[in-house]
Amino acid sequence: MNKFYIFLKYFFIIIWTVFVVAPFLWALTTSFKDFQSVNAGVTYIPWIDFEPNLEGWKVLIKSPAKGGVDIVEPYFNSLFVTCTASLISIILGTLSAYALSRYTFKAGFVKNNDITFFFISQRIMPPIVLSIPFFLFLSAINLLDSLVGLIVVYIVLLMPIAVWIMVDFFNKVPREIDETALIDGCNPYQAFLKVVLPNSIPGLIVAGMFCIIFGWIDFFFAFILTFTEVQLLPVKIVALNSSVTPWWSLSASALVSVAPLIIVAFIVERYLSKGNLSGAIK
Amino acid sequence: MNLIANNLSYKPDDQFHLNEVSFSFKEGNLYTILGRTLSGKTTLLKTIAGLVTPDSGDIEFDGKNFLKIPVWERNVAMVYQQFINYPHLNVFENVAFPLKQRKIEQTIVIEKVMDALKSVGLNGYENRKIQELSGGQQQRVSLARSLVKSAKILLLDEPLVNLDYKLREQLREEFKNLFSKGLADETILIYSTTDPRETMELNGEVIVLDEGKVLQVGPAKDIFENPNSLKVAEISNDPPMNIIEAKILDNHIKFEGIDLEAPEHLSKLTEDGLKIGLRSSDIELNENGHEFEVELAEISGSETLLHLKRGNTKIIVLIEEVLNFKIHDKVKINFKIDRAYAFHVNGKLASSPFGVLDG
Repeated sequence: MNKFYIFLKYFFIIIWTVFVVAPFLWALTTSFKDFQSVNAGVTYIPWIDFEPNLEGWKVLIKSPAKGGVDIVEPYFNSLFVTCTASLISIILGTLSAYALSRYTFKAGFVKNNDITFFFISQRIMPPIVLSIPFFLFLSAINLLDSLVGLIVVYIVLLMPIAVWIMVDFFNKVPREIDETALIDGCNPYQAFLKVVLPNSIPGLIVAGMFCIIFGWIDFFFAFILTFTEVQLLPVKIVALNSSVTPWWSLSASALVSVAPLIIVAFIVERYLSKGNLSGAIK
Repeated sequence: MNLIANNLSYKPDDQFHLNEVSFSFKEGNLYTILGRTLSGKTTLLKTIAGLVTPDSGDIEFDGKNFLKIPVWERNVAMVYQQFINYPHLNVFENVAFPLKQRKIEQTIVIEKVMDALKSVGLNGYENRKIQELSGGQQQRVSLARSLVKSAKILLLDEPLVNLDYKLREQLREEFKNLFSKGLADETILIYSTTDPRETMELNGEVIVLDEGKVLQVGPAKDIFENPNSLKVAEISNDPPMNIIEAKILDNHIKFEGIDLEAPEHLSKLTEDGLKIGLRSSDIELNENGHEFEVELAEISGSETLLHLKRGNTKIIVLIEEVLNFKIHDKVKINFKIDRAYAFHVNGKLASSPFGVLDG
């Protein structure tokens, strides 16, 4: 019976792994193919099934003048916008989450929970609803088609995620820890920086990861709010598609665009499992 | 240096957490705040620490208005009922935290932390993580952290309540040693508890608190011998004192068909509606006693608690051995009536075996 369960367990794990890994494998092999090999049917083993070449990858770094598409600049634009917006969102989001978790706010019928909900409600709306206001807003302050404008918009989109995750996290950090820090001679800012924040690292990592993922994969706003000056990676990848679909360079760019998230996931996973807070309170 | 409070009141919702609380604490003394859960003990301690700002009243320490000084400048120390430590720091760093906050020189910090750890029996644990310690050890770390800064006011909020029985006894013993070891010379020690036995063992000045109101203040012995009201008698005894509605006529106490000769201190009382108070330990099993019916028998440790009933009178008897009883069993008991208290209709103490009080 026991063996049967082990068999079942690994059976499903293997199926799931194939399900997840196969598309990557497909993309990886396709990125080394040329027009003929792609049309020759599904093949996976280089040199035996097909003759690999680097054309799909070379196109990505060639300048348009030489017939390439040059995703290097959009790539760094995307990195810069995502990281800056995530960092600012985490800082602002953590501060507001701490305030919402520890202090009582009241303005008429609006209380802490309503404010928290207001943040989350920004993500409940379909993005299309926000596109026109954002467009008008950015054009009014002259930031359309600029990195700063995109960062501003992304902060609006990402901060609710940070607030939402961190409010929940701070609510689980016992208030008595802050109080003890105050008694031990910290003023409220020191209590936050020296005691609460170091114990919130798992929460910060989760919030940061979500911000980076949602910022990195956004296509919609990057598409609507930029034209020619500034382009982000997702928009550029879609623009690769012309009359003849270049499967090889599409695959290569897809792999390149997923890479940072995979690296982030591997780093973050180490910190997540630690669970620093257990044992803080009985 | 005295800590004086005048008419502290705090009412965050529709109930008083503190209701006109006044006290005057002197340095070098141990004060025990005795009260049931939700009686306002923690609120009172937090008010002294500065974590709670009272709605009205004021606190004065060393001649200064304490309410105007923020928590982090008050130089108080507090140990919580829960084991509160900084989980991201190890034992040494935890204890050193308040000293580092004061920017004290490293060599002195090390010396003081080691002293504090030694006094709570945790030497050798400096580099352990908090999560690796047992509950009792965690509470020792918080105690060491509160001792290390030699605060003028040390607040202990039911520090033993979350520990198991054996550890509680052991730590309580250590507390007593610590408190008597000169530590208390310049410190105002305030210890809150729900446990009357703990109160008696610590043997300090007791403040009985109920629903945010101070009911009685006095040395532990006084509270035990002469509780000034029914409420105090209930709070300061565990199990609570038995209250029997009885009549005293011609030197006889009568209730539920039982007729007992009144001891001298009760014989002169004649008013209607008197209530007789008798501790559960002052009732014993006796072959020739009065018959009661068992409603419930609890065994805790080496003691048996018998809940008995006769007519409308319900009493609890504490027996110092483990006995098995079934519900509805009949038992015979004897009252040590010379140790009985009498309370007026309004709940005030009328007479006690340790001498009559006024009012």
